[in-house]
Order: sequence, then structure tokens, then C-alpha cells
Amino acid sequence: MISLILLPVLIPFATFILLLFFRRAVAINQFFAILGALVQLVVSLLILFRVSDQGILVTQLGNWPAPYGITVVADLFSAIMLVMSGLIGLSISIYSVSGLNKNYHKGSFYPLMSVLLMGVNGAFLTGDVFNLYVWFEVLIIASFALLTLGGSKAQMYGGLKYMTINLISSMIFLAAIGLLYGKTGTLNIADLALRMRETESSGMIATTGMLFFIAFGIKAALFPFFFWLPASYHTPPVTITALFSGLMTKVGIYAMIRFFTMIFVQDQQLWQHLLLTIGGLTMVIGVLTAASQYDIRRILSFHIISQIGYMVVGLGLFTVSGVAGAIYFLAHNIITKTNTFLVAGIVNHIKGSFDLKAIGGLYRSHPFIALFMFIPMAGLAGVPPLSGFFGKLLLIIAGFEAHQWLITGVAVLVSLFTMFSMIKIWNEGFWKKQPVTAAVNNKEKVPYTMLLPVIVLALLTIILGVAAEPFINLSTRAADQLINPAEYIQAVLRRSS
Amino acid sequence: MAARYLKPMLLILSLYVLYRGHNVPGGGFIGGLMAASGYILYMMAFGAKATVEQMWIKPFALMALGLTVALTSGFFGPLIGELFMAGQWISVLGVKLGTPTLFDVGVYLTVIAVILVIMIAIFENLETWN
Repeated sequence: MISLILLPVLIPFATFILLLFFRRAVAINQFFAILGALVQLVVSLLILFRVSDQGILVTQLGNWPAPYGITVVADLFSAIMLVMSGLIGLSISIYSVSGLNKNYHKGSFYPLMSVLLMGVNGAFLTGDVFNLYVWFEVLIIASFALLTLGGSKAQMYGGLKYMTINLISSMIFLAAIGLLYGKTGTLNIADLALRMRETESSGMIATTGMLFFIAFGIKAALFPFFFWLPASYHTPPVTITALFSGLMTKVGIYAMIRFFTMIFVQDQQLWQHLLLTIGGLTMVIGVLTAASQYDIRRILSFHIISQIGYMVVGLGLFTVSGVAGAIYFLAHNIITKTNTFLVAGIVNHIKGSFDLKAIGGLYRSHPFIALFMFIPMAGLAGVPPLSGFFGKLLLIIAGFEAHQWLITGVAVLVSLFTMFSMIKIWNEGFWKKQPVTAAVNNKEKVPYTMLLPVIVLALLTIILGVAAEPFINLSTRAADQLINPAEYIQAVLRRSS
Repeated sequence: MAARYLKPMLLILSLYVLYRGHNVPGGGFIGGLMAASGYILYMMAFGAKATVEQMWIKPFALMALGLTVALTSGFFGPLIGELFMAGQWISVLGVKLGTPTLFDVGVYLTVIAVILVIMIAIFENLETWN
């Protein structure tokens, strides 16, 4: 039997092979890509339901038993992330049917996207640290290609920075894996979780943890390492940026949450100070730099950074409610952030520009579209009752419970600045009159393939907020599994811990 | 002229390296690189266009084929009720064949194809520059 939890990796892989065979046929390509993404989403939902009902699912590749072979394991956190990746994959593959230039369709956009999704799903599912590194490489190689697919000078420039900094991060990651293996003699996450709980804190472990922190921090665009993101994210077409914003930095955060809850349990004081400080700085700097920008894509790119800060703060509290807040916020952010980029794509489609100084009057000309554009932006800013409000509320409550007054105050302030940026986009792009001086091409119609993902994701933002309780319960259970990994260890190693 | 005779020799050598790879140094990746180097040698002598024209399967199709073979090798385990990618072995005339070998064949084909795609891209540029 093929285990259910292998399918999120195998489906994109099979899609990729299929798409390679029909590389030149754009229509067939689109059809199979959407079909593959749909199947993947359905499978991910199935996994989520099954994990929620029956507990953690595990399989061993090639029948090698747990600490020796490669473990594939889905706990609640993995399952939630899989659903998110399936959702983003489906939205983007529908959106890009008309949201992306024909040259991109001929230039292997869909096959590369399948590889990216395979890498992302693999990273979410693996129970082995070295295997995690391999999946990181898979998704990063696919992202290099996607980032520079158009071959324009700006893309090459951004792609070069992105690639260099990511290679450095991979190198640090690999060095950290070496140290970890040297210290513990195992790379299986469950086995590590078991052994690290029996190991005394030492300089070696703190160093290894620090290296992992830097490696994941670069991938997640945390405060001192974030400069590659604004340098590269606004260069490719907005569809590709939307895909990246939903998945790439989030894989870094996923790995960070998994490592610092399950593996590095020593020196929690040190990690708490580090994570809270870095998280706070990331939030503040991201949101302040965003406020000074006038290109929609740049504003949103800087906001990716500031939102990442919230998740790191949630993790840094090291309480179940804090990590639960981080997980809820992560899910909310993947949906909403991707949607804001898709909305920016529609604005560009109508007005032919991303520059807020050159556009305006969208509310008058497209009131219905403007409504669905308002929802993700308000969701990101944290307007109740949308999902962003509950995400921030959970984190702030968790912060007060943990008596971290300062960082919680910062989080509230940053939230106000986020509001400011979103209101700026709304005022400049939708509310004010179209500037007469700027020459823009006014397209009236928006293709329904571009509109559909935006509407669905906007509805999810509402549902996640209005009916927040089951989602909050789910993330609390997921956080509990991470902080008390006995069930995880039991499921993987099949012995009591 | 030497390229014309070296290419088949390199291909045969690469197949040998591919086969011995299971127990001694060798395998799909190295074999694939050797086979690709045969084609690259040919490409240096006769150009990218002539090389692609005399291939039975074009590089992108070869890549897809190789990946299919590698993926298929994983499904023999589940077929007889074991886990995905569990190794299965049969013996044909004293030669041991198994799914890891099949996986290696897939790697071999994919490596050839990927290297060729990259080299063709470089060579086409070189040809336009000269």
C-alpha cells in the first residue's frame, strides 16, 4: 500500500513528469497543473482529517526502521501546512492561466511550480533533518528558476542576490546538521527530540542551535538577514511573487518552529531572549520600511518581513498558547498575504502599473472587485472580525500571559502601522481620483480565472475570522503536539518515551 | 573525428559503471555524467544542433522518461503489499536485477538529459557569439 502521506510529494512529482512530456502544449499544461493541484488539496484535507481523528501518521521509506531510514511523518502542524500549500498551489495555478504572460507558460512555469510544491510538501512531511535539507534544496532550485524565468535584467539582478544569500544559508544549514550529527549520532527528528531531552545543555548544542537559527532566519527573512527579500521579490511577475510570499519564507518559519519546540529544548532562556528580540526588530523594521514605499509590490514585500516577526514572537514565548498563535497566524498569513499579491496583480491588470502615484479611482470603476480587494488588505491589517484580528489577538493574549509586556506592546504598535500601509494602498489606489497626468492602459474586464482565487481566498479570510473557534482549537492541539512531543516520538519510534 | 568513435565507447563504459554501481563505486549519477560527456565531446566537434538531431529521444523527453522510470521503481514494493520504495530483487540468468537498479537507470537517464539541456543552452550561446 502507498501510504496516504506520501501522496502530497508524489502528486506534484507525477504532475511535473506529465507536464515535461507536454512542455509545448499550453492548454494541456494548464489543465494538468490545475488538476494536480486540486488532487493535492483534496489529499491534504484528507490527511488533516485523518491526523485530527486518529493521531500522527507515519511511514518509513523502503521499509528501513525509524532512526536509520527516512521517516515521513504528518502531525497536525504538518497537516495544516500541507493544506495551506495545497490551497496556494491551486489558487496560483488557476490565477496564472490568465494572470501570467504566455511566454511564461511556454517557459516551463507550471513544471517548475510543481517542483516547488513537491519541495515544500516534502519539507513539511519529512521526519529527518538531512531529508529536510534536501527538500529545501529542491524548492530553492525551483525558486531560482521561477524568479529568473523572464530573463529581464532586474530579475537577474534580484535572482543573483537571492541565490547567493540562499546558498550561504544552505551551507550554514549543512554545517549545523554536521554538528548535530556529531553530537547526537542521529538525524531523525523524533530520535533527536528524545535524546535532546536527556542531554545536558552545552556550548556545542547552543552553537548548533544558533547555526540552525541563522540558516532558517535567512530563509524566513528575519531581521538582520532579510535584505534579499525586498531586493528580489518585486522583480518577477506578481503571480510568482504571490506563490513565493505564500510558501517560501513560511517553510523557513515552519522549520524554525519545529526545531525550537521539539529539538532545542535546552537553554530556553537564551532562545527566548533571542527570538523575542529578533522577532520584535523584524516586525518594527519591516513595517517602517514598508510605510515609505510607493510601489504596491514593495509595500507588500516589506510586510512579509514584518508579519514573519509576529510568528517568531509567538514561537519565542515558548508556551502552548504562544505557539498556537504563531500557527494560526502562519495559516492566516499564507492565505491573506498571497491574496494581497493576487489583488496587486489585478490592479496591475486593470491599470498597467504598480505605482500608487500613477493609479487611482478603482473603487469608482470596479466597486465589486474593490470589495474583494478590501477584504485581504483589512485582514492583513487585523480588522475584526477577519482572520488577522484573531491571529494578532491570540499572540497578544499569549504575550500577556507570559508576562512579556514590552514585546506585546510593540506587536500592538506594529499592527497600527500595518493598518497605515493598507489604508495607504486603499486611499491611493482605490479612493483618490485617477491622476490625469499618468498615461495608463485602462482595461475594463478582469478575467474570471484571476477573480476566482481572489474571491475564494477572501472568503477563507472571513471564515477563518468569523468561525475562528475550531481553527484556534486545531492550532492549539498542533502546538500542544509540538511542545509535548511524546506522541510524536511514540508514533515514529514505536516505543514509549 | 575522434569524437565520433569516443562517444559510443564512453556510452558503453557508462553503462558498465551504471551496472557495477550497486556494490562498488559507480552508479547512475556517475554513469550519467560519463554518457553525457560522450555527447558533450560530440557537441564540441559538431555543434549542439547536430548532436540533438542524432539523438533518438530529445533531452526534455529523456528527462521525463528518466524521472518516470525512477518513480516507477518505487511502486514495486506497494504492488506486493510492502512499503513504498522497498527494494525487490529477481535473478535473471545469474544477473541480479532489482528496483534499486531500476531507480539508478532512471537517475542515469535524468542526469544525461539535465546535463545535455544545460550544455545545449551554453553551446547555443557560444555558437551565436562566434
